[in-house]
This record gives sequence, structure tokens and C-alpha cells, in this order.
Amino acid sequence: MTDFFAGYLGYNGGWFIATIIGILLIALPLMLAVAMIIYADRKIWAAMALRRGPNVVGPFGLLQSFADGLKVFLKETIIPSSANRGLFLIAPIITFTVALLAWAVIPFGPEMVLANVNVGLLYILAISSLGVYGIILSGWASNSKYPFYSAIRAAAQMVSYEVSIGFVLVTVVLWAGTFNLGDIIQMQRGHIFGFINGFAFNPLLFPMAVVFLISSMAETGRAPFDLTEAESELVAGYQTEYSSMSFALFWLGEYGNVLLMCALNATLFWGGWLPPVDWAPLYIVPGIFWLFAKILFFFFVFSWVKATVPRYRYDQLMRLGWKIFLPLSLFWVFLVSGYLMLTRYGA
Amino acid sequence: MIQTIAFYLFATIVIASAALTILARNPVHSVLWLILAFFNAAGLMVLVGAEFIAMLLVIVYVGAVAVLFLFVVMMLDVDFAALRAGFARYLPIGVLLVLVLAAEMIFAVSAWSAGAIALSATVAPIPAEVPNIVAIGTLIYTRYLFIFEGAGLVLLVAMIGAIVLTHRTRSGVRPQKVSDQVKRRPQDAVRKTDPLVGQGVEL
Repeated sequence: MTDFFAGYLGYNGGWFIATIIGILLIALPLMLAVAMIIYADRKIWAAMALRRGPNVVGPFGLLQSFADGLKVFLKETIIPSSANRGLFLIAPIITFTVALLAWAVIPFGPEMVLANVNVGLLYILAISSLGVYGIILSGWASNSKYPFYSAIRAAAQMVSYEVSIGFVLVTVVLWAGTFNLGDIIQMQRGHIFGFINGFAFNPLLFPMAVVFLISSMAETGRAPFDLTEAESELVAGYQTEYSSMSFALFWLGEYGNVLLMCALNATLFWGGWLPPVDWAPLYIVPGIFWLFAKILFFFFVFSWVKATVPRYRYDQLMRLGWKIFLPLSLFWVFLVSGYLMLTRYGA
Repeated sequence: MIQTIAFYLFATIVIASAALTILARNPVHSVLWLILAFFNAAGLMVLVGAEFIAMLLVIVYVGAVAVLFLFVVMMLDVDFAALRAGFARYLPIGVLLVLVLAAEMIFAVSAWSAGAIALSATVAPIPAEVPNIVAIGTLIYTRYLFIFEGAGLVLLVAMIGAIVLTHRTRSGVRPQKVSDQVKRRPQDAVRKTDPLVGQGVEL
């Protein structure tokens, strides 16, 4: 695409236009995907609770999310009088922007990636560590006790689970030998017996795939780890004082993050845009469909868990993060690096 | 062209937010300006091609250190009047610091204009066409292995020290034993009795 525009506008201009188009090609479908995924989420919970779920707006209730979006758009934005105005409004914007930013390095196909950077995985870690600011700031700026409790919980929770996520990523990086997400996917081609794609099928990495899946639920604050918005204790958590579009931005950001974590699960452990088996006819299907199928599968797992697993107690959450996942993943880094040292790099 | 624009953008924001860090009245705002400064410093690192350092800067400082900063500052009950009171008392020290910094800057600039240190004299020349994660990793784990491990040891000692200093064993508390909780079965917890009227049960 860069070459095409560079032909008309020179290198700088072409690069600029191509990047802008690339960003729009990711961000706009992502917004649409978030709207549809909220609908899917509600339908899945409904099915598990033997209810119908949204079924009034549009055929099968498909337009429910758009109706909700329109509704919050028309509402009045209420800013509490003792809130810190600037920060109160910036907080949802941070959450939303950060949820979009990380998609820049996710590869959707062999050549389909907006920014093919060498430190792709570190970039994702960096961006996801920013996500906590939106929540902390909203909690503090609201000047209200429940959002503040929620912000403190969120900060502790995200910082704790980031540690084990970091170690899980280290095991993947050790095996793949690169931080570039595209190369990590290429390394998974024919990983097991020469024809099964995906690190998760490797017995040494499978436990880390499970730890990563659970940690990604905790990192996004999804059930069963949604202590930040535990409605029985904290009203609505950090979103309590928000209304209208500022509330909608939190909502969009949250689901954007969930989708991102699903994409990361797919990319790091389940072969990303590669088909599950390294067999030529399967490559006729464009890689992006395989990636979408995997993202949808993991999203189903996320809402399945939300519909069936009761919420953790806060001390249990912290115990799981620090006393189980952290030692386990740390040990696994040791194990994987030892194994690779003995086999791949020679004793 | 676009590099120049980006450089001036990042540099301006770094300086402005650094200034606002010390000028902001509200300590929470100060921390937030500091975070903005960190973030834009990472942008500058990307511009000079040190993307690994840039990402580490964001992950470590913005993602972890500053979160804890913010955490602590948010919970402080800051008395603004007391903060402003000491201005005259701290003025001499402040002036002294300014003088030292200014002298250092003048010294550095004049040393630089007298002639830069030749790049060929660097201890470890930067290999061309190697991603800088690989370059840093190679150096750290071969040439500077002992220094690197020494640094790791210092951090370990610091961590153990922090735990020893803050950890206290209190008597009279009943901590949870998770294994006991998990092992507990309904028949251990529930007893079916048929007490006589007026006698109750023994618990």
C-alpha cells in the first residue's frame, strides 16, 4: 500500500497516507467488532442462563448494541461537582485509546500488520501496562469512595497479574527466539510433528498457555476477576460517576481489551493466522479468517467463564496471582530455558 | 522531515511536562506530568533507534514505578498550606542546586565544543544490522556478565531487605490456611442434631 501511494505523493506522503488508512482499517472494524461482540456476549450468557437475550432491536436483536450506543450518545454528560474535571474526562479517553493502540502490532496475515516492529511483544506489554491509568484516574478524579476503592483494587490486580504475564511471555520468546509477533507466528508453523501449528500443543508450553488465558482474564478485569466493578460491593466500581459517552468509552475500551487479549492468546500460543494444521489446502483460506476464528473461540471461552464461574474473593485473587502463578511461571522460565539450552543451543 | 517534527514534538513535551511536574500544585497532577515526561522520553529513545530501551522505559517506569507512585500519592492526605510554608527556608539550598546545575551545563557544553569524544573509542562498538535486543543481550550475557549478575544480586539483597524490614509477625492473628479450607467437606462442617427443648446444643 505504501508503494502505491508513494507513486503519487513521494515516499513521505505515501507512507503517511498509507499509515492513516491502515489505522482506519484496524480501528473502524474493531469498533464494529466490539459492538457485535457485546451482542454475542449477551447472547451467550442468555443461552447459558436459559434466557433469550437481546431479541427486539433488528433481526435476532442484532442491532441492540447500536441502539444502546445511540442511547448513551444522546444522554447528558454529568460531571460531579467535586470531581477533578480534567482528569475525570481524560480517564475514559485513556482507557479507550490504549485499547486501540496495541492492535498496531497484531499481525492479521503474512503481510498484514500495521507496524512490523522488532519489539512487538514488549510494545504490547508496555501498552497494556498503561491501561491501568484510565481506571486509577477515573477512580481518583471521581472524588467518590466506591470508585476510589475500585481504582485501588484495579491497580493492585493489574500490577500483580502483569508480572506473571511477563514471565509467560518470556517462555514464548525463549522458544521463538524473537520479540516480533510475525516471527513468533512463523516459528509455530509445523511446531509439533512437523505439521501441527501452535505452541500450545507443546507439552512444555501448554501450562503457560493456560496461565496466560487465566491471567488475561484477570488483566482485563473480566469475570471471575471483575473485583474492580463488583456491583454487590462497589456499586459499579470506577464507572460509578460516569454517564453518557464517557461511560461508553470505558465500555468500548474494556471490550477492545478483551478482544486484544483473545487475539494475543491466539497469536502467542495457537498459531495466529496460521491454520491449525500445516496442510496446503488449508492455506487457501486467508490467514485473517483463521485469526478471527481463534479470536472468536477465545471470546467464547471468556464469556463462558463469565457465565459460569462465581466471582473470586479479593484475597483469593491476590493469592492466585502472587503465590501460584508467579512461582509457577518463574519456574517455567527456568525449565524452558534449561530445556532449550540442553537441546537447541547445545550444552 | 517527519523525524525532525517528531523530535521537536517529543522534546518540547518532555521539557514542558518536566517543568509542570515541579510547578503543579496538586501532587497527583505532578505524578501525571512525570508520567507524560517518561512516555515522551521513550518516544525520543525510539527516534534514536533504541526501541528496546524505549519499551523498557515504558514498561518499568510508566507501567510499574509510576503506578506505585500514583498509588501512594493518591492516598496521601496532603496539607497544601504546609507544603508552601517552607519556601524561604529551602531557598538557599534551591539556589545552590541551580548554581551547581548551571555550572555543570556550562562545563558540559564547553567540553563538547572543545571536541567530542571519538566514537571509535567506545568500549563495545555497536554492531550494524543487528536488532538492539540482540546487541544488548549479547553484551550483557558475555562481556558484562559479572557486572550484570552483580547488579542482579544487589537488587535481590534490596528486595530481601525490603521484605525483612516491612514483614512483621503478629501474635493473636488467625491467618487463612487455604489447604484446610479446600480440604473441608460438608460432613466436617454440618452436624445434624435433635436437641431437646430448653437444652440447646453443645458447640
